[in-house]
Amino acid sequence: MLTAEFLSRLQFAWVMSFHILFPAFTIGTAAWLAFIEGVWLVKRTDLWRDLYFFWLKIFAVAFGMGVVSGIVMSFQFGTNWAGFSIAAGNVVGPLLNYEVLTAFFLEATFLGVMLFGWKKVSDRMHFFATCMVSLGTLLSSFWIMSANSWMQTPTGYAIRDGVFYPVDWWQVIFNPSFLVRLPHMVMAAFISTAMVVGGVSAVYLLKGRFVDRAGVMLKLALAFLAIVIPIQIVIGDMVGLKVREYQPAKLAAIEARWTTESSVPLALFAWPDEEAEMNRYAVEVPHLGSLVLTHSWDGEVKGLKDFPRDERPPVAIPFFSFRIMVGLGLLMLALALVGLWRWKRGTLFSGRGYLRAWVVMIPSGFVALLTGWWVAEVGRQPWVVQGLMRTSEAATKLPVGSVLASLITFVVVYIGIFGAGTWYLFKLFRDGPLPAPQRGQPATPVHGGRRRTPARPLSAPDDPMGD
Amino acid sequence: MDWATLLPVVWFFIIGFAVMMYVLLDGFVLGLGILLPFADDEGQRDHMMNTAAPIWDGNETWLVLGGAGLMATFPKAYAVVLSALYLPILLMLIALIFRGVAFEFRFKAHSSRWLWGVAFSVGSVLTALAQGLILGALVEGMPLTGGKYVQGAFGWFSPFAVMTAVAVVFGYALLGATWLVLKTDGRLQRIAFDLTRPLMLAVIGFMLMVSAWLPFLDSQLMERWFTGAHMLWLSPVPILTAVNAVLLWRAVLKNREVQPFVLALCFFALGFIGLVVGMWPNIVPPSMSIWDAASPPSSQGFVLVGAAFLIPAVLAYTVYSYRVFRGKVLAGEGYH
Repeated sequence: MLTAEFLSRLQFAWVMSFHILFPAFTIGTAAWLAFIEGVWLVKRTDLWRDLYFFWLKIFAVAFGMGVVSGIVMSFQFGTNWAGFSIAAGNVVGPLLNYEVLTAFFLEATFLGVMLFGWKKVSDRMHFFATCMVSLGTLLSSFWIMSANSWMQTPTGYAIRDGVFYPVDWWQVIFNPSFLVRLPHMVMAAFISTAMVVGGVSAVYLLKGRFVDRAGVMLKLALAFLAIVIPIQIVIGDMVGLKVREYQPAKLAAIEARWTTESSVPLALFAWPDEEAEMNRYAVEVPHLGSLVLTHSWDGEVKGLKDFPRDERPPVAIPFFSFRIMVGLGLLMLALALVGLWRWKRGTLFSGRGYLRAWVVMIPSGFVALLTGWWVAEVGRQPWVVQGLMRTSEAATKLPVGSVLASLITFVVVYIGIFGAGTWYLFKLFRDGPLPAPQRGQPATPVHGGRRRTPARPLSAPDDPMGD
Repeated sequence: MDWATLLPVVWFFIIGFAVMMYVLLDGFVLGLGILLPFADDEGQRDHMMNTAAPIWDGNETWLVLGGAGLMATFPKAYAVVLSALYLPILLMLIALIFRGVAFEFRFKAHSSRWLWGVAFSVGSVLTALAQGLILGALVEGMPLTGGKYVQGAFGWFSPFAVMTAVAVVFGYALLGATWLVLKTDGRLQRIAFDLTRPLMLAVIGFMLMVSAWLPFLDSQLMERWFTGAHMLWLSPVPILTAVNAVLLWRAVLKNREVQPFVLALCFFALGFIGLVVGMWPNIVPPSMSIWDAASPPSSQGFVLVGAAFLIPAVLAYTVYSYRVFRGKVLAGEGYH
């Protein structure tokens, strides 16, 4: 049934899912740029400078898209989630405000130097600016993940008349799940970016373009993934343990466990039937569930039937999203390990099938990131603040027509605008890492060497859109 | 005075300042979009947009600062105002997205160039209209029942709000025209001069109409203005506004280049200050005071620490970037 609350949830999922991709890519490319520039400072070869300027353009467009979609986010909580803003604004508001302040402080200072200061400041100062931008993106994710983790595992608050008051900011910020969920998100952003770096390089190698640059990037991407994905799996396991401790209903939904049992199997596939409270067509591995979730051969896992029906999350979305995320994670790991083996044998660049696999898997990091986010958010339902405030209490009592109108508008406009933006990113990738200007030459020849260049992210790349 | 009394006052002025900075700075850029149809050709449109290209997105910083600041420091006002004005806010956000993206993509496009120009112009007009509606609804007052707004999806719609919406479009257009007078020369400056006179008349007219209408609104916004001693110490505001109007009038007639823009900004600032003084101590007229809406001192104080460092930095950057890009922008001289 189309209620205003349901439409508001759909709308939030839509604008959030779009928004999250761009900051995640920004976090990854900023760190990647800091690495590239660091190497350039040591090696001083054209290859590294060209790579820097190539990824700088990509970064600029992603940053611009993130700012545009972020403006909408800063109003959503008031327009559609007035109940949440009134009840939790005292606690969540300052965290989100710090995120905004951090992001804009960044834009106001080091981003300008990074994008347009190549000729104006020393090499070391420019590298410093890049590092600060990277640090800034991480700080932004710090505040956002703190706010979101507080909604999952709230601490440091008091409730008076249905309103949350901060009692201890330290406990609010460093709530129990924050310190594992923050690195999980940051690693996901890094991995998503590394998949793009490696996949784009594979495209160049398949086409025989920029072979030297692409070779370096592909090796870096797969070495990075081979190290970081195992770390991410360990962190993910730690996140799972926190979920078991603080949000057992979410864990039961993720695993589609209906009854509380020890030595539970792991369902590889199933069709969860919420009405009948059972799984159909289940394919299960005995004991593996207990082993993974509790780290013991016959550990106990809570089942959904232990919770009243109105305190259970939907099962299908967390269950399938989680399997997509983990499946893609394992595929990405396999891709990296096969790459290492081929690298050792000297056949990394010669196998077209292997390179094509990279191309196909370019979006897999982002898909895993999105599905992981859906697991976290849908799995928390029916709560907006775990165990304390229901999503239905959080939603603004709006006329259905208003929310329907806004939802349709956001869908149409986002597809159009971010479609155009993503298409422009594709075009930048197609152009590839062309030779970048030497020092002393104009940084961007099209600007005609003007000193007064605009200091805006989206104007950093000067390629025409072409149409 | 304890923190719970003092901090909401501090934050009321910080957020008021952020919104005023936004209105003044983004106002003239939106004005450029509103005036875009008056240009002779695409070349002049390039020229107009180039005068603001390097600085426009910094201007939007202030809006987001105001929005996020409101949530952290006055969550009840944030929730009530944004949910009550759901449709105007939606219109403003969508229009801002179009305006911003069109700004960037127009310079990168070829055959679809005119289309992005239209998006820029329509986005600017709709943003101005939406902001005018929001302003009108806020000034008119939002009666709350049990802390909730119960007037439905179009409760904000009224003759007064429609008038403020049109007034804001003309006001931004005036800022845009005087900005063009300042930043360009030749044919484009001539067009801007010709537009400035009727716009100035319209804006002074709207200012008088709003002032005359205010006492008849339910929000009692003007009560402070006409009660006893207040009249005396507040009298500089209307007097300055009148002097400002006369100076603006003369500067435009004498074809001055710098003064019209500066005086138009001052005119806007005085009008804004007049409204803020009228609203005080309410943040959502007629009944929600800043102390009713405020988050506790622990929240407001916590954010104030960050704001105390970052707002001066953003201000310094704003000043710096306007200094770097000072002076005339010549035709055909692009930042792209």
